[in-house]
Amino acid sequence: MSPSSILPSHAILALADGTVYRGQAFGLPVIGAGEVVFNTSIFGYQEILTDPSYAGQIVTMTYPQIGNVGVNPEDEESRRPYLRGFVAKEVFDVPSNWRSRQSLDRYMQLHGIPGISGIDTRALVRRIRDGGAQVGVLSADPDQQDSDALVKRARSEPGLDGCDFVAQVTCSEPYRWEEGLWEGVTGQLPRRPIPETKFKLIAYDFGIKRSIARQLVENGFDVTIVPATTPAEEALAMNPDAIFLSNGPGDPAAVEGVRENVRRLADEKPLFGICLGHQILALALGGKTKKLKFGHHGGNQPGQDLATKKVAICAENHGYAVDAESLRAAGEPVEVTHVNLNDGTVEGLAHSERPLFSVQYHPEASPGPHDAAYFFGRFREMVKRHKAGENVSGVDVAGGRGPTGPPTRAVAE
Amino acid sequence: MPRRDDIQTILVIGSGPIVIGQACEFDYSGTQGCKALREEGYRVVLINSNPATIMTDPETADRTYIEPMTVESVEKIIARERPDVILPTLGGQTALNLTIDLAEGGILERYGVQLIGAQLDSINKAEDRDLFRIAMERIGLQMPRSGYAHSLEEAREIVKETHIPAIIRPSFTLGGAGGSIAYRDEDFDELVEWALRQSPRSECMIEQSVLGWKEYELEVMRDGADNVVIICSIENFDPMGVHTGDSITVAPAQTLTDREYQEMRDASVAIIREIGVDTGGSNIQFGVNPDDGSIVVIEMNPRVSRSSALASKATGFPIAKIAAKLAVGYTLDEITNDITGETPASFEPSIDYVVTKVPRFTFEKFPGVDDRLTTQMKSVGEVMSIGRTFKESLQKSLRSLETGHFGLESPLVPEGEEGMKQLWARIDTPRPDRLWAVAECIRRGVGIEEIYERSKIDRWFLGNIQQIVEMEGELKALEPAERTDWLRLAKQNGFSDHRLATLWNLGENDVRALRKQSGVNPVFKRVDTCAAEFESNTPYLYSTYEDECEARPTGKRKVMILGGGPNRIGQGIEFDYCCVHAVFALREAGFETIMVNCNPETVSTDYDISDRLYFEPLTLEDVLAIVDKEKPEGVIVQFGGQTPLRLALDLERAGVPILGTSPDAIDRAEDRERFDALLEELNLKRPPGAVARSPEEAERVAEHIGYPVLVRPSYVLGGRAMEIVNDVTSLHTYMKYAVQASPEHPVLIDRFLADATEVDVDAISDGERVVIGGIMEHIEQAGVHSGDSACAIPPYSLTQPVIDEILESTRRLAREIGVLGLMNVQYAVKGGEVYLIEVNPRASRTVPFVSKAIGRPLAKLAALVMVGKSLSELGFTEEIWPTHVSVKEAVFPFVKFPGADTLLSPEMKSTGEVMGIDSDFGRAYAKAQIQAGNSLPTDGMVLVSVREEDREQICDAVRELAANGFKVIATPGTYETLSEMGVVAEAVPKVGRGSPNVVDRIESGDVTLVINTVRNDPVAVRDSSAIRRSALLRQIPYFTTAAGALAAVGGIRGLQLESIGVRSLQEIHQS
Repeated sequence: MSPSSILPSHAILALADGTVYRGQAFGLPVIGAGEVVFNTSIFGYQEILTDPSYAGQIVTMTYPQIGNVGVNPEDEESRRPYLRGFVAKEVFDVPSNWRSRQSLDRYMQLHGIPGISGIDTRALVRRIRDGGAQVGVLSADPDQQDSDALVKRARSEPGLDGCDFVAQVTCSEPYRWEEGLWEGVTGQLPRRPIPETKFKLIAYDFGIKRSIARQLVENGFDVTIVPATTPAEEALAMNPDAIFLSNGPGDPAAVEGVRENVRRLADEKPLFGICLGHQILALALGGKTKKLKFGHHGGNQPGQDLATKKVAICAENHGYAVDAESLRAAGEPVEVTHVNLNDGTVEGLAHSERPLFSVQYHPEASPGPHDAAYFFGRFREMVKRHKAGENVSGVDVAGGRGPTGPPTRAVAE
Repeated sequence: MPRRDDIQTILVIGSGPIVIGQACEFDYSGTQGCKALREEGYRVVLINSNPATIMTDPETADRTYIEPMTVESVEKIIARERPDVILPTLGGQTALNLTIDLAEGGILERYGVQLIGAQLDSINKAEDRDLFRIAMERIGLQMPRSGYAHSLEEAREIVKETHIPAIIRPSFTLGGAGGSIAYRDEDFDELVEWALRQSPRSECMIEQSVLGWKEYELEVMRDGADNVVIICSIENFDPMGVHTGDSITVAPAQTLTDREYQEMRDASVAIIREIGVDTGGSNIQFGVNPDDGSIVVIEMNPRVSRSSALASKATGFPIAKIAAKLAVGYTLDEITNDITGETPASFEPSIDYVVTKVPRFTFEKFPGVDDRLTTQMKSVGEVMSIGRTFKESLQKSLRSLETGHFGLESPLVPEGEEGMKQLWARIDTPRPDRLWAVAECIRRGVGIEEIYERSKIDRWFLGNIQQIVEMEGELKALEPAERTDWLRLAKQNGFSDHRLATLWNLGENDVRALRKQSGVNPVFKRVDTCAAEFESNTPYLYSTYEDECEARPTGKRKVMILGGGPNRIGQGIEFDYCCVHAVFALREAGFETIMVNCNPETVSTDYDISDRLYFEPLTLEDVLAIVDKEKPEGVIVQFGGQTPLRLALDLERAGVPILGTSPDAIDRAEDRERFDALLEELNLKRPPGAVARSPEEAERVAEHIGYPVLVRPSYVLGGRAMEIVNDVTSLHTYMKYAVQASPEHPVLIDRFLADATEVDVDAISDGERVVIGGIMEHIEQAGVHSGDSACAIPPYSLTQPVIDEILESTRRLAREIGVLGLMNVQYAVKGGEVYLIEVNPRASRTVPFVSKAIGRPLAKLAALVMVGKSLSELGFTEEIWPTHVSVKEAVFPFVKFPGADTLLSPEMKSTGEVMGIDSDFGRAYAKAQIQAGNSLPTDGMVLVSVREEDREQICDAVRELAANGFKVIATPGTYETLSEMGVVAEAVPKVGRGSPNVVDRIESGDVTLVINTVRNDPVAVRDSSAIRRSALLRQIPYFTTAAGALAAVGGIRGLQLESIGVRSLQEIHQS
């Protein structure tokens, strides 16, 4: 008998720099290739797994015990996982949670995602941290365990730069979204009621997380989600009160034709963007984005509101960031409203004349703290004031002048 | 917000003596807090009655008061020092309660002192269960249904709503003292009455049982700008019903989805805001229904706590230090995260390992006590382990406990049905050994679901235990040739070399050799608060079996100090104090210091104390692995108590350089036969005695030296299983039940010197010169464990010739043994003769006390001696004879153990100590009594019931009390003697001999002082135990030895003359 008799079959994660990690396979026994990143969230692997923003990436969980709570239908952030592979120190496959319906392993098999466990994930994380994100190939296929071949393949795979991943994850047809937030459990903090007056919203789907759509509904928006390629005219023809730009994967600069389209929308309607949506807004306003060394992926990032100096603990997931200097150079009257205190990255923008603002982090959390959920309330406030005929700007509502509020999920009207 | 400039002087209140529920975690917090405040330039005034703390070192604060923690003495300190503010949140429940009393007594107002950290109304809102419930209702959170009773009648009304089983929780008590669960209607009344008596406010809550729900804790911090962060989540292995201090706990929480966790996080943020804790840390506990996720709030502590100490150690985020900075005005984003050195403290730590805490119990010290785990905390210490998986972390923690476990061994339970019955009994009712019963059930084929149904231990934990047990089976079945292939996997799952050796029928050394041969060695990872997202320059390390090692040892001159492991009775904070002092001294002398310890409560495991911290079990395997990595110049084993000492010989054999007294010299002092030879050489007297390796031999020895004899196993600390035996029958019983004597584990038998005066001596030797640190004369006579006896420096009754003989003998012993560092010697003095009782060539429990009494840091000096400094270089060449008197008194956990007798014996039972310092013995003793919660009365009624031998001795003392206005009542025998000697007293019947009897009189509340001594005879002890129990419960000061009673009378005399004053250590040692 040897250890392999009680352990699942072997898997390899090979990096472009030649580093090879050998561990056990889980999920589907296939090969996945993509940029290897790490996420520092302790909770919420299912949301991470199903976040379309990870399209084209292999995600390493820094927390070593993954799979503990299984998988359940409510915590899916999209139809299916779009990432290329999942890496964990230990996958525990006897899930224990009252909502669990399936094991993580089974879920990944069903959706064709390969995984590797039993490797020194901390060493991998330190390598990415020190050397920057790089392409890797994860083989959970027992017949493809030649590490040299896998390294070679990793070197030949393209990274994220210049690739448009949005096309892979956006919806094909417009659809309405009506579901609000999770009903939750007995004993949790009471919810504020959903506002009765509804504003009509077009949400551009660059890879939208369901939690964002839920938050929008919760804040009194009538939400229609449209494909990323929907021309501005088509959207405006639906006569919305506001436009929303969603999160999404990859290099913002590579998303086909979106700059001009968003510029059009921004000139016409109040607009709010999250994550990739925030970056696209910045590009549309003439700014530039840059790639971060290994990005921010986790639920413990300090996001400071520059106006109030208050710090929200934020969920972030981005490998690119807006270059503040480039916006200034573009001559657009845009202010930086939020920064990440760890490295000073731009985390929020607001226009001082038009009703536009955006945030790099994820106010919908999922997974992560709800501290920044107030952004949805600010958005509603901006739309409401704009609709009432007021000449409201993004800075007026998002420049930190509004209350940051308690971490409940919605800000009352 | 910047630092507050409107305050100059800050009064910090410590937590007093170590008791169950409040241990050295508050020294850790308080020391961090004081350091942080002084760094900011504030003048810090500290009060704490516990001398065995780093926080009461004169260097930690500007003014240090080791004084009674009462309103009277704090008022005097406030009057002298005029602090601007009080920081009440670092000293546990003691500090909060004292602060409330100061406020309610109008003292804060009178002197214009404000509170920082938490305001009075916030403290009340969090501490008073009624106010807390109202607050929770206001923000819409739920608590278990409950009601609030001040009397039995009220309680009976409430339980109609909440039903049985009912949780009974008294208000304002430590560690849930007095709390219980009534499972049956017929138990309810008694438990409620007990709880009402325990509460200083006679309040208790009757609560809906959420037994079996999952229990979670969140550590929350808030700053003055209302930024709130969660430092750590903790999940209890043992579900609701077991006090969290008695539960195995795991960080982070393991069985929550993000949604559920965030609901709890949101609730925590809302709670800290609603309660209004201005700044600092709080601990919030939740119960979660495993079937539908329903959440109830259990309680909140608006202060740092045992859990916050654990959370700090588990994440690397120093909660107490940050709390102190927030209290003086900073916001989280203005403070840098020490560990990364560049990112701000306004974040939530992310960890990439699993932390397991396991409590350590000492029920063996209290025979007959109920060892069921309930809502009242009963453990005396804890260990923490870090592993990359729960399995690794759990197994590391088990071997850290030092309870003889090296993994999930099979308990001694018969095979078959009878065995299963016993196992189920252990699973149904939580006791300290439940975990091993769970593993054994799985081993015997019971499914997880069945165990879950009966224990409600989460299936995830059970599943992990199952994996360990399954792997154990696979390992056991391996052919020898296959073992190498499995080693790495086994080590990754936390199996110790010792456990593998057992499974494979090998020696531990064989497994280690096999491992090294196969290249299976641990690597060390860093605790960095951020899961490696940022570079860490802080070497806070733990071992695991993976690829990359982050230890990065330096090439500096380095010394490794082995800590003391979990607190237990007999080995506690005093040893951690010594270790920390060694670190301080060696750092200052230019060495790199490496600390190894596994006790999360301690100062020594603060990453800020040593240059490098290894949070690891103190077993041979784990220590050798660190030595292999670090290659220190030397290892110090003499400061951490018995834990490192036990490793000394093996370490030396493995080629590890041991600093200070050589392991062979230690053995010479501890091995009875070698020691006897040594004494003969030096011509020193000791009570006649010998070693017995079988019951027959014991009988022969005892017969030869004559009864009474003192019997004990060799190599123990804290008088474990030490007894005085009067006759051959008792000796038989002892040999049969108390110890299993064998050639490897001999029993020591000595003539017992009845009524001798015991003396403890701490000395330091550099190999040439020996300087006596202090001679401590015990108050209680020989027969009471030295750790349980009060003692005084300088001696108060010894004659000069006796003192001279003790000095001389100690010096000769130190030289002959070859002591390099500290040595502790115990003597007994009887009839002017000095007998040697034992020698311990290591730091003793009394080192901090002596150091504070004489104003010299003995442990620091000893550490420097060990690295080659001479005492003359260090300027410590002569004994110091202080002009003030210092008295140390022990503090006992009896009140936590219903059914425990309070009599003192050779078996140590105290958990902590206090120190009284004053100009004469009586007053110093009186202060020590106040601090020990045994406040001496200056009037009222004394109850005297003493054994025949003591009666004459006690007469004069009672006469003095009577002359000074005390009424005297006495049991018949004592009454007779008193009358004969002309002391006016009233006779009261013993229990069962009429009414109102002695206990009725105590219960009626008239008695203010109890003197009760008993013959060493089980019947007499049993007959009189009700007296002591009822004095304990009524919180009436009591003395169970004649010597103690005499000292108390001296103390009362001192108190009657004038009220006590306060003086800081800095002033005392100025002269």
